[in-house]
Amino acid sequence: MSVSLPHAVSVWKRNAAMYRRTWKWNLLPNFFEPVFYLASIGIGLGAYITQMGGTSYISFLAPGLVCVAAMNGASFEVTYNVYVRLTFEKAYDAMLTTPIEPDDILLGEALWAITRATIYGGCFFLVLVVAGLAPLPFSLLVLPLIPIAGLLFAAIGMAFSLRIPNIDFFSYYFTLFLTPLFLFSDIFFPLRERVSTPWLWVAELLPLLHPVRLARAAFLTGPSWILLWDAAYLIGISLLLLLWARAGVRRRLTN
Amino acid sequence: MAARAANSPLIVEARGVLKRFGSRIAVDNVDLKVPSGLCFGLLGPNGAGKTTTLRMIYGVTRPSSGTIRVFGIDITQDPRAVRSRLGVTLQQNVLIDALSIEENLRVFGRYHLLREPELSARINELIGFLDLGSHAGVAVRNLSGGFQRRLAIALSLMNRPELLILDEPTTGLDPAVRLALWSRIRELRATGTTVLLTTHYMDEAQRLCDSVAIISEGKIIDQGHPTGLIERYLASETVEFDCAPEEEPALLNGMNEARRVRVGRRLMIYLDDATALSRHIRLHDQSDRRGLIVRPTNLEDVYLALTGTRLEASL
Repeated sequence: MSVSLPHAVSVWKRNAAMYRRTWKWNLLPNFFEPVFYLASIGIGLGAYITQMGGTSYISFLAPGLVCVAAMNGASFEVTYNVYVRLTFEKAYDAMLTTPIEPDDILLGEALWAITRATIYGGCFFLVLVVAGLAPLPFSLLVLPLIPIAGLLFAAIGMAFSLRIPNIDFFSYYFTLFLTPLFLFSDIFFPLRERVSTPWLWVAELLPLLHPVRLARAAFLTGPSWILLWDAAYLIGISLLLLLWARAGVRRRLTN
Repeated sequence: MAARAANSPLIVEARGVLKRFGSRIAVDNVDLKVPSGLCFGLLGPNGAGKTTTLRMIYGVTRPSSGTIRVFGIDITQDPRAVRSRLGVTLQQNVLIDALSIEENLRVFGRYHLLREPELSARINELIGFLDLGSHAGVAVRNLSGGFQRRLAIALSLMNRPELLILDEPTTGLDPAVRLALWSRIRELRATGTTVLLTTHYMDEAQRLCDSVAIISEGKIIDQGHPTGLIERYLASETVEFDCAPEEEPALLNGMNEARRVRVGRRLMIYLDDATALSRHIRLHDQSDRRGLIVRPTNLEDVYLALTGTRLEASL
């Protein structure tokens, strides 16, 4: 069984056809969330912080929030939306009556999640550019990073969504996984300055930490060797989890 | 032998197919041959293994043992090639509620990699064929059950399938919609499409199918032309009435060789000509006449005689 890109694209187009209908309602909440964080914590709380990581607090905060937007865009898609398509809409059962194979469905959904991540991350980046918080031209380097971060969270979410018995499990995913990632991935404060060394090693396992470090390098800090590790983590873990998700999608959709 | 195979190629050929889910055997050693151009029915109550059999034929469920060839291709080897040549209407409609009929067809056409202008042409053909034109722009969630079912069938015809698989095509539909769908299925068959359907409606099987296989508890009990099965097991006419078991010998005096089936107080007698028996019962009853039905024997009777259970009652 091989994967077919044209069939995966037809899966992508199904989601795009639905999204065209509802994007006005869907885009706004996800888009505003990081804007609110930027305003409240960056402008509000940031006024009491003279400096963080060698820059103003809002400049420190901004690049991490681009990654959060990408993470949220991908995550909502491959959790609730994939689960609804799987169990309520039975969209995959319909696809499997055509030449589409389970692997194509996984690839199509991953591509769609990347698309959503890119829309959210890209919109938020535009806000930062307009607000003067994205130093040009180097901050433009986050544009290729956004879809890669999307791929990572698409792979994690798919591997999870295809293995859970019911929709209630997503509250664990969001509160016990995504929320701590959001709070402890170097976005709000530099981990190195606040956390002891053993915990810093643990933090290296957190998936959101790596895109955040890459984004901050593009915005502020410039290249360093550790970014190679971040890039390797992003690509390597994404591919491993996609393989794991592939076993899940086959088992869930065929028997 | 080779020449005969060439004249009437088998569209579906299942040999010794068995499917186990844990310790439960859902499909038990099924052999099935569906020749080209026929309408073939799998007849049985819910839970008999019909849907599992279909899923194995289009390659979404793998047999635990046995082989299935569709268009001569082993389905487990190349499901993509097989599914590009068949269409499936699932028991439950799998439509996109938020999108219109036309948009649903468009999404589905892309699953088959159809491109413009062919895609739009095919969509318009199907909208015409299934009389969907009046509601082509209406979102599925606002359509009646009949429209939704017709759209589901239209989707499965998108790729001009050589084999159309219909899982319970008319369950839950009103009589007018059923009649309309039956006529569309007959038209497809007349233009060379092989149809494989499951149903628990014996009238549907009898009206549509050239051949039926009767399934009970995962096994095929027998298969053949509906009329042929009726004649093989029963007889063309049925006399049906209520009577207590102790009345039976007197009522059926002299007709003890006729096939009969009893369900509680209800007794059904199968005869080539029911005239003599109905007259005999009328004479026996004299003043206190019981309700007596004389009707053509149908597949429901065959099913009852073969399995001891009713199709509809098991729903």
